[in-house]
Amino acid sequence: MDNFLNQNESMDEDSGTITGNERLTVDQAIANLQGEHLGLRVYAAWWLGRFRVSEPSVIERLIQSLEDEEDRTVAGGYPLRRNAARALGKLGDRRAVIPLIHCLQCSDFYVREAAALALEQLRDPLAIPALIELLTTPAIPTVASDSLPPQPYDAILEALGSLQAHDAVPFIHPFLSHQVERIRCSALRAMYQLADSAAAASMYGDQLIGMLSHPNLQLRRTVLADLGAIGYGAAAEAIAHTLAENSLKLISLKGLLEKELTGIHPSLLSPRAMQVMALMDDLL
Amino acid sequence: MTDIDVLIQAVDRADSSVKLLEAVEKLADVQSEKGIPTLIAALGYNNPGAAVAAVDGLIRIGEPAVKGLLDQLDSHNYTARSWAIRALAGIGDPRGLITLLGAATADFSMSVRRAAAKGLGTMKWHWFPDDLLEIAQYEALDALLFVVEQDEEWVVRYSAVVGLQSLGITFGQPTSEIKGVWRCQIERQLTQLIATDLSLTVRARTENALQQLRSQSPKPPLLSVPSSLSTMDWHLILEKLYERKGNERQSIAEGDPRKYRQLAVTIHHRPHPNLEN
Repeated sequence: MDNFLNQNESMDEDSGTITGNERLTVDQAIANLQGEHLGLRVYAAWWLGRFRVSEPSVIERLIQSLEDEEDRTVAGGYPLRRNAARALGKLGDRRAVIPLIHCLQCSDFYVREAAALALEQLRDPLAIPALIELLTTPAIPTVASDSLPPQPYDAILEALGSLQAHDAVPFIHPFLSHQVERIRCSALRAMYQLADSAAAASMYGDQLIGMLSHPNLQLRRTVLADLGAIGYGAAAEAIAHTLAENSLKLISLKGLLEKELTGIHPSLLSPRAMQVMALMDDLL
Repeated sequence: MTDIDVLIQAVDRADSSVKLLEAVEKLADVQSEKGIPTLIAALGYNNPGAAVAAVDGLIRIGEPAVKGLLDQLDSHNYTARSWAIRALAGIGDPRGLITLLGAATADFSMSVRRAAAKGLGTMKWHWFPDDLLEIAQYEALDALLFVVEQDEEWVVRYSAVVGLQSLGITFGQPTSEIKGVWRCQIERQLTQLIATDLSLTVRARTENALQQLRSQSPKPPLLSVPSSLSTMDWHLILEKLYERKGNERQSIAEGDPRKYRQLAVTIHHRPHPNLEN
């Protein structure tokens, strides 16, 4: 568990800043991204996203990397494309939207997954039709192994929910009964975000809460992340009592708290905000 | 064989992670001092579920477990060390103070820094003799002010805010001059944090802390569970605090976490102090 926690720590969103004296490393990363060494390129793409280096030259180079043909795995995957897509999601530049939409047709499952998540982060509704298409036409030639579903459905469903794609609801609905639990959870999450009434939203949210008692730890962890991402307030107690690492519960409750705080002045803390903070205090 | 021996044996003989977890939970539930060595050993078995249960049990047993936990800190098993620090933070025994000061400001694991920061606010201050209380609380205050300002992880700053709130409430409606100054220092730092912290969650918790401090009702009298610390224990704590002060003056700037690291090393390798001197 400690390894897992440490990984999680380094992914924390509030710590992704760099300051002046690391400048040399930024230049080095940009150089590496254009260099001869394939492994260094892949690492540089990740690094530039991690440290939010959103300079025009970096964005352009990363967009070019989405069409890279040099770096291939034995199975035919595209490591540099995957990392470039992930980085572009973090860098928030909308010039990446169209190139990322093209990536949704890539033969590499993981490139499609990274592109869907990046498009979710870029918050551009332009991506919606292409994402819906992936839900309905699963027959893209794929290099991925048989153990994977035909498409990265969980990433696609999450993106459609976050992009407020109300037109997608009829296409999302069937995934509520998908055989893979992880995918069912993503569908619940999207349906929660797209629900047209508070009662309907609660129905989907409560089903997600139910998944917190699933015997599989990895699934409980992803449900914690889902509930934090949608900020479903009624889940607070259930989150605090799930069998999972405190670090993950704290991140999930942080999502609930911040949803509760949006739009109000911070000095007016609601009873629910107070309740969430009390639960967080006990998990420290 | 007594019941407690049976429970201990069940932990020693567990041959799967599920059995280990169950056995540790049962042993933790009886809160017996006799189970302490076994619970402490369970911190090092690389079974997170069992470690959580053991930490929980050790905190409930409290003070009698402190000696064993401090010894555990000598081990080379980093994971066991970090669990032991969490237990020390939960117990709040004065003998853990130096360890928590170092852990809150300089440990590389954010879950350890987080636990230690909260623990610094909830030490069993009423166990400290008057001459030591002031210097101990000052060190805790100093460390927590450093953490809210400097730690890059939101959750550690959040925890330090919780620690500062507890500490501020301990200072009470100020009666003595120095505690009044400290209390102002806490409120000033929290007010600044609300304006500057990058994390909305930390800002909200800080707002909450300030509200709780300002609406503080007069302190209820403490339940006076007597401390079992010996003269020797107090002597050691005081020695280490003075030594820490000395180290600070010699080399490193105020607030630099390295001072705690150096201190921990110094304490670690120091022979038992001679009481005759």
